Amino acid sequence: MSKILVVDDSNSIRDMVSFTLKSSGYQTVEAHDGQDGLSKAQMGAFDLVITDVNMPNMDGITLCQELRKLTSFQYTPILMLTTESSTDMKQRGKAAGATGWLVKPFNPEKLLATIKRVVR
Amino acid sequence: MSIDLSQFIPTFLEESFEGIELMEASLLTLEQGDAETINAIFRAAHSVKGGAGTFGFNHVTEFTHLVETLLDEMRDGRRDISQKDIEILLNAVDCMRILIEAIRDESTYDESKIAATSKLLAATLNDRSPSDERIDEDIHESSIENLSEEAATTDLEPGLQRWSISFIPEHHLVQTGNDPLLLLNALRELGEMSVLANCNSIPSLTEFDGTELYISWNIILLTAVGKEDIAEVFEWVEDDCQLIISKDEQIDKQSLEITEMTNNVLSESVKEAESPASKIVENTGAENPKVASHAQAHKPKVESSSIRVGVDKVDSLINLVGELVITQSMLSELGNDFDTSKVERLNAGLEQLLQNTKELQESVMRIRMLPISFAFNRFPRLIHDLSKKMDKEIELLISGEQTELDKSVMEQIGDPLVHLVRNAVDHGIEATDVRVANGKPEKGTVSLDAYHQGGSIVIEIKDDGGGIDREAVLAKAKERGLIDESSSLNDAQVYDLLFEPGFSTAKEVSDISGRGVGMDVVKRNIQSLGGRIQIESELGLGSTFKVFLPLTLAILDGQLIKVGREVYIIPLITIVESLQTQESLINRTSGGMVLYRLREDNVPVIPIYKLFNIPAENKEIKNSLLVVVEADGQKVGLMVDDLLAQQQVVVKSLNDNYQQVEGISGATILGDGSVAMILDVPSMITMALKVAKTQQETHIMTEEAMH
Repeated sequence: MSKILVVDDSNSIRDMVSFTLKSSGYQTVEAHDGQDGLSKAQMGAFDLVITDVNMPNMDGITLCQELRKLTSFQYTPILMLTTESSTDMKQRGKAAGATGWLVKPFNPEKLLATIKRVVR
Repeated sequence: MSIDLSQFIPTFLEESFEGIELMEASLLTLEQGDAETINAIFRAAHSVKGGAGTFGFNHVTEFTHLVETLLDEMRDGRRDISQKDIEILLNAVDCMRILIEAIRDESTYDESKIAATSKLLAATLNDRSPSDERIDEDIHESSIENLSEEAATTDLEPGLQRWSISFIPEHHLVQTGNDPLLLLNALRELGEMSVLANCNSIPSLTEFDGTELYISWNIILLTAVGKEDIAEVFEWVEDDCQLIISKDEQIDKQSLEITEMTNNVLSESVKEAESPASKIVENTGAENPKVASHAQAHKPKVESSSIRVGVDKVDSLINLVGELVITQSMLSELGNDFDTSKVERLNAGLEQLLQNTKELQESVMRIRMLPISFAFNRFPRLIHDLSKKMDKEIELLISGEQTELDKSVMEQIGDPLVHLVRNAVDHGIEATDVRVANGKPEKGTVSLDAYHQGGSIVIEIKDDGGGIDREAVLAKAKERGLIDESSSLNDAQVYDLLFEPGFSTAKEVSDISGRGVGMDVVKRNIQSLGGRIQIESELGLGSTFKVFLPLTLAILDGQLIKVGREVYIIPLITIVESLQTQESLINRTSGGMVLYRLREDNVPVIPIYKLFNIPAENKEIKNSLLVVVEADGQKVGLMVDDLLAQQQVVVKSLNDNYQQVEGISGATILGDGSVAMILDVPSMITMALKVAKTQQETHIMTEEAMH
């Protein structure tokens, strides 16, 4: 069973993402900002990280950069949840080491279909 | 698969309201160059927008998008932070609140207001050229989306289309976390596919790097979806590969065959690619469940009452429950074969149980406590709006906003506070020219303060305005027939007239503090919370409204007392001191009232047995026990038979279980199972005054006696 780290400061989005993933048989761990996400990532390995971009304490871009510094997250897929579908945001994400992005709003079906590109 | 999103909507709404409040509060303090604040505002707007989109509230997303764009320009420094823009944003925040409230209440809203504000926002954005681009871009994007959706459906009509895809990844592709195999799997979801892997560039083992990718692919895909959907599968890797997607003109299903198979890594995916074409129909069907889930999302049944609790508070609870369990197991083990030698340990255990229970209770109460900033937060905006409307310059000072208050008290005190603040601005602070003429600073000040005093919380609303004109109030009260022409009242009594129904001193009625309806409601609301309100005022210098509220409505620190065979509870916060009377200090007035000399005060004595007309052991004031209590600035001595323990009691409402009883505020159940009444000190004083009044026609309670 794939284990996914979900990082978002919005409870509702985090609950929704986590619930959707769980109902499809994925295992999830939730974190409420980048800082929290990083410390949870350091405690175990994950098959995928889904993170929001705009968050207090540590944003998604920084989280991504930090994760890539960890050996166990060097090649782990990291997806950014973003409403900013502009190329600028995508470039910044990619530069930070993100694997891909999910443009909000998305529905559960879209989420599940999309993550199949990076996780089993 | 369809997932019901409605369960997340209450959280979304709660979050949105928090976000909106944060936006409002931050906008009011926003200044040029304050990056942190503008970022926080942007983040809040961004979250509302994201959530709204996810849960299908597209009208909220659209509206918030404009707000977000404007904020984004401010954040990036492309736009200066002007007062005008802040006004527009505040206005927009109101609209967001209206929209979210409408979702919560499942009601309609004033669309014209939203539309007008949208227009205003759009116009503001259009003021500058960079913003134009952004809007255009967005419109562009959404139109592409629509187009592609349409394209997908129109493509379906003529049938399947054959695509030839060449996918040549860069060597580093797998290092970004992408997995070509999974991409190909995702592609196969779109239709029938055959794949040719090209392994020519795999180096020899000595040069082989495990983290690099050396394979490229040629894919033939038979599908009903358009090019955009195919490209979308590769959207995360488009910069890390060469991708050519081209349409094969011959629409011939038979030609779809696996021509070559050179890589056994792909054998599994190829096998699955042979699945029947009926899958396509399923897939396209599943592409549009969006519509269905949106419809579901629109019928939220909102649970209005929830509370956010810090993790530390919950942790401490769990900790305490753990200790309770340990104590319990210790006690039950002790009871297994008990003999007198274990009494000491039993006592120690019970002591520990008491301690645990007490801490647990405190922790649970702490969960209900919220900082009063929840109630204060709305005032900066209110003052901002009022000062604009009234054309008065007003500064708001807030202090003590971390003072904690029970959630249920907080919820009910909000409206009375708003009224008091409006009142301070409208009737308190003078017009600017008047202020200047009186040698005061042009800018009026309204201050809000909260602090603990004993077991209650005090909220002060203070203004440096004109103060209350005692004579004007008296004249008005006489005119209205509220008091007799001959009445002589002290200041407190005069100020109290403001709370009489239908009283208003403003020469002209303004739309801000209404028509005098309200102050009476304010007082009633505060009293129903077990609190009271007190006015201090000095003509020309300003007024202070003090609201006293109990910390919580559920539990009370009480002093148990005995009168005859009855046990009563006096709220500990009202008690000044308890003493045994000395004969020399007892005075009797001409009205039959007994006064007890307590240092510089003369305190009227109220024998409880007389007031409630019950038997008592001791009816003699001499050498009796007196509990001196204070309410509304008035001290009285309650004469009791005996002082029992002090303990916390859980308040049960008499109203709910029986009916309102004069002099009693509630009841509780004691340790032995008996019911004890909780004394309502202010109402007892009123009762005693009434009794004294009827006994003697003259006013016994002269000012000297009271103070």
